[in-house]
Amino acid sequence: MEFGIVELSRLQFAMTAMYHFLFVPLTLGLSILVAIMETVYVMTNRPIWRQMTKFWGTLFGINFVLGVATGITMEFQFGMNWSYYSHYVGDIFGAPLAIEGLMAFFLEATFVGLFFFGWDKLSKVAHLTVAWLVAIGSNFSALWILIANGWMQNPVGAEFNPQTMRMEMTDFFAVLFNEVAQAKFVHTVSAGYVTAAVFVIGVSAWYLLKNRHIELARRSITVASAFGLASAFSVVLLGDESGYSATHSQKMKLAAIEAMWETHPAPAPFNLIGFPDQEARETHYAIEIPWAMGLIGTRSLTTEIPGINDLVAQAEDRIRSGLIAYDALMAIREQREAVDPAVTATFEEHSADLGFAFLLKKYVDDPRQATEEQIVAASNDTVPQVAPLFWAFRLMVALGFGFIATMAYFFWRASFRQMRYPRWALHLAVWMIPAPWIAAELGWFVAEFGRQPWTVDGVLPTAMSVSALSMTEVALTLAGFITFYTVLFIIEMGLMLKYIRKGPFQDVSETEAWVERHNQRLAGRRNADAIAMPAE
Amino acid sequence: MILHELLSYEFLRVVWWLLLGVLLIGFALTDGFDMGVGALIPFVGKTDVERRVAINTVGPVWEGNQVWFILGGGAIFAAWPPLYAVSFSGFYLAMFVVLAAFIVRPVAFKYRSKRDDPRWRSAWDWALFASGAIPALLFGVAVGNVIQGVPFHFTDDLHTIYEGAWYIKFIGLLDPFSILAGVVSLSMLVMHGGAWLTLKTEGPVQTRARAIGSVAALVAVGAYALAGVWLAFGIEGYRIVGDYVTGGPSNPLHFEVERTASWLSAYSDRPWIVIAPVLGILGGLLTFLGLRAGREVSTLLFSKLAILGVISSVGLTMFPFIMPSSSDPRSSLTVWNASSSHLTLFIMLVVTVIFMPLILAYTTWVYRVLWGKVTEAEVTENSHSVY
Repeated sequence: MEFGIVELSRLQFAMTAMYHFLFVPLTLGLSILVAIMETVYVMTNRPIWRQMTKFWGTLFGINFVLGVATGITMEFQFGMNWSYYSHYVGDIFGAPLAIEGLMAFFLEATFVGLFFFGWDKLSKVAHLTVAWLVAIGSNFSALWILIANGWMQNPVGAEFNPQTMRMEMTDFFAVLFNEVAQAKFVHTVSAGYVTAAVFVIGVSAWYLLKNRHIELARRSITVASAFGLASAFSVVLLGDESGYSATHSQKMKLAAIEAMWETHPAPAPFNLIGFPDQEARETHYAIEIPWAMGLIGTRSLTTEIPGINDLVAQAEDRIRSGLIAYDALMAIREQREAVDPAVTATFEEHSADLGFAFLLKKYVDDPRQATEEQIVAASNDTVPQVAPLFWAFRLMVALGFGFIATMAYFFWRASFRQMRYPRWALHLAVWMIPAPWIAAELGWFVAEFGRQPWTVDGVLPTAMSVSALSMTEVALTLAGFITFYTVLFIIEMGLMLKYIRKGPFQDVSETEAWVERHNQRLAGRRNADAIAMPAE
Repeated sequence: MILHELLSYEFLRVVWWLLLGVLLIGFALTDGFDMGVGALIPFVGKTDVERRVAINTVGPVWEGNQVWFILGGGAIFAAWPPLYAVSFSGFYLAMFVVLAAFIVRPVAFKYRSKRDDPRWRSAWDWALFASGAIPALLFGVAVGNVIQGVPFHFTDDLHTIYEGAWYIKFIGLLDPFSILAGVVSLSMLVMHGGAWLTLKTEGPVQTRARAIGSVAALVAVGAYALAGVWLAFGIEGYRIVGDYVTGGPSNPLHFEVERTASWLSAYSDRPWIVIAPVLGILGGLLTFLGLRAGREVSTLLFSKLAILGVISSVGLTMFPFIMPSSSDPRSSLTVWNASSSHLTLFIMLVVTVIFMPLILAYTTWVYRVLWGKVTEAEVTENSHSVY
């Protein structure tokens, strides 16, 4: 493959997006965990919970700021590097981004300052409200961003306008309630909650191993494992829901993840493992689970899921149909003032396939001049790289099940074993800290790499979306981002580790005095009240 | 959905042109003082505590303020997609510099006081200075370029082509008029930062902020007046010629545009718009006097009026142009041909009408909670929790 401006711009986008998503999941989950801890504080008035709120809040703040800072890059990059994309779909895609600012980002950003600075300026309940507003704002942000992203995967509620040469919105509620967007939203925020739970348990486990901050660590594990268990279940179940919605909207992505080259009579089996071979279009040494794919993808035993080869044939048909639309579009443009209604009718009949004709732009300036070989090549281009998707997906799912197991174990120990944990489990929890980040990045990789060769599925090819920039410009900014982001990452990790090592440092004497009193009380009625311990 | 046809396309376009102005002005009024304070930090604070006082005047609010910037970007994307596509890709490297500043700044606020090492802190102080001053300058430079017209054209299928090699695209932004516009915006935001610090601090930090702020106010007024004279005699304007519809499809290539002797003919067509530059100059002078006289609340208000006047004068003078093209005037973006669709503008307006008052209400509440001066004693006592 030739490495040009498209590939370089994609590399920059992938790098900055994946970097941004190092910070987002922890923000999503930790904002809620912190708000839960503060809720317990306000309800029980026990200083240990305020200390926990402040301690995890400090780590939240260090992480949050980089999420904010790197998020601006994402918003700007559409215009900077993908200006034709911005022109072509801005009418639909821009709206959720702007609404995100209005509805969500203002909320979280305005109140996050007050969360850190308002402890002495606000009543307890007011401060708690602020904490929840930050959490709600963060999660709403994710909603709108995923509505925007969901539209790229499943472009509903819009049609092409020949007068303006772009897609325009026809039904806002279709964009809003896009099934792909909804499934992605719940899957993504659950992934964020799991991330925060694993992080809190991991850091707390490290304290327990070092025999430090025992009171804080045990309580944190109790909260995080309950929260994490629910989230781990939902991330897997709702991920399955994403798979179900992809069956309708992104058949090619689904077939590629599955390495399903041929259409299988329903219900299709699930390839548990195997070695996909893109050249030969087959999967070697596949171990199959009968019926599973049919059930996941269609919720039925009788509906067929099309394989890659059939989808390529369909793509070829759509390219030919798209060429008719393209030809009509050119005629409409030439006849600007007095368009022949017959031409308009032809265009409208085929306009849904216009994007497929654009796939030929990679080979010829005017798609109508394309040769048969080029049409075949373009239809083959609709197949993404199968092996990376196949493996990334399986690793992500395996990690997902791993989170359920871990969370269930810690929840069981916290609830029924007096919050005592064997050392191996604590070590495991520490080593697991990076796992949810890996799973989240893999998930985005599957979602976005699996959408290729499109930026907007079936509507606009990636190769056409890019800005008319020079290689030098993009290379300069890419080098800039890499340098800059590496430095920030080192600084961020340094501060995170410093504050984790330091441990809770606010309200120390007050909390210690309370812990001592509290333990004496518990010792006085040990047998009667053991169950009460985890609840505080 | 036919509800959106209750409001005409033309009307919605004008409303969104106004809202674009509201967002830019909102950004300059709020994030503007953050940038101004950033640019002032090394000069108003001589000791670490003094600098922390200055930083903590904006510490709790910069995040919310920065959202004006993000929302501005989002609103341009949603309401004016061609403008977003042309300006962000056209000013590519300049945008990267602004972006870098907006990434460094939050990090600098948050991380500066998390270590005691004086070199660590001093490095972040200069990062705050650069990330305040450079974008403040570049925003003005960008406006200067837009006023003169930017070298781009559209292909038939509306791909944007920006003329010139990459280094020309970048260095070429810095022509004398645009630099003057950059001086206006930088000095104006330093003035605003000075007015904010005057309100929020006391003692030596306040004294220095007043001194520097009042100089900045004079520079801003002088540079702005000079730019006005230059605009009257040295810079060509643009106008739409021939028949055109104001409620038609958003395709810039449907319009014919030609150069005119000066933008200032707008002032004979719509004499009332003179109110904007008058407000700009008057506001700047009053800010100067207010800083000298030691008035706190009213000075910040004057400073806001100056910013309001200066920014709106640019928009009102250029109307209906948003981003003219110098190399192919026909490609120029105007209010009538560079917007989103009728439906999108309507939906975005509904959302804005619901949420903007809410945002203003809770932002006001937050500022009220934080009302009062930041003192050295306060910073020292809460050394761990404040910036």
